[in-house]
Amino acid sequence: MDTSWFVVLSAFIFCIGAAGVLTRRSPLVILLCLELMLNAGNLALIAFSRMAGNQDGQVFALIVMVVAACEVVIGLGIIVAMYRRRLPIDVDAMSELRG
Amino acid sequence: MLFEQILFFIAGVGAIGGALGVVMLRNPFYSVLSLVGHLIALALLFLLLRADFLAAAQVVVYAGAVMVLYVFVVAYVGGSDEPLRPEGGGVSALGPLFALALFVELTIAVVGSSLGALDSPGRDIAPGFGSPGEIGKLLLTDFLVAFEAASFLLLVAAVGAVVLARKRRGLEDPETAPGVMSAHDAISGPKEAAR
Repeated sequence: MDTSWFVVLSAFIFCIGAAGVLTRRSPLVILLCLELMLNAGNLALIAFSRMAGNQDGQVFALIVMVVAACEVVIGLGIIVAMYRRRLPIDVDAMSELRG
Repeated sequence: MLFEQILFFIAGVGAIGGALGVVMLRNPFYSVLSLVGHLIALALLFLLLRADFLAAAQVVVYAGAVMVLYVFVVAYVGGSDEPLRPEGGGVSALGPLFALALFVELTIAVVGSSLGALDSPGRDIAPGFGSPGEIGKLLLTDFLVAFEAASFLLLVAAVGAVVLARKRRGLEDPETAPGVMSAHDAISGPKEAAR
């Protein structure tokens, strides 16, 4: 398979994730869509690493996975804290940074 | 070669379908399950690109551990169905339009680039390409700083999660603040709440 197929597929998945972040209102689903975008980036990194015959891109993808895991942990922690304080689970209602 | 192409299209359709499911499904629980399918299809694509270790890590860490965390939180928060199309606001209709424009732009950037190697399957590679041994060797030699930074980031995230999830005491105490009913009060009753 040519590398361009993989890169276009990754661009498509990235755009689906971007559309989800822009349209959905539940922070849980927005986090899921962020995962989609990060994974699309990973796919592009690995496709280019295969194209260049060099494994550095795979190490980049591994680091991106670590960062994604950290982001999930913090994001879900914030959602659980919101739920405990009886705040609405809706990003439109959470437009201020006040605790 | 033909086998590779068939596998690519199966995995590609699975990945796109999973991604669309995440965005389109109304119940967050089904969105999470759809994302699991998407991640497994993506791991198949990683295998096609000779990234064996990353495919295994994707399935075990992502589709396994991280998604279990999501399922727990969705079950805890009680993911309610939200209307897909929020009432009012023409701005929200611009989201898919923006995404489409982004896709067209990215595709033009990829197809129109003068990178000749894009139209080739890639260079010839050694047999151990992408194996755990090779990746581990790279992580402990060339990318040692990034490796340590990642481990430190994980530590910070773990501490941050504990800080976020603990019960607030001391300076700001939402449980005794007027007008705020916490889950703690609802369970333990007035005797505990009057404390």
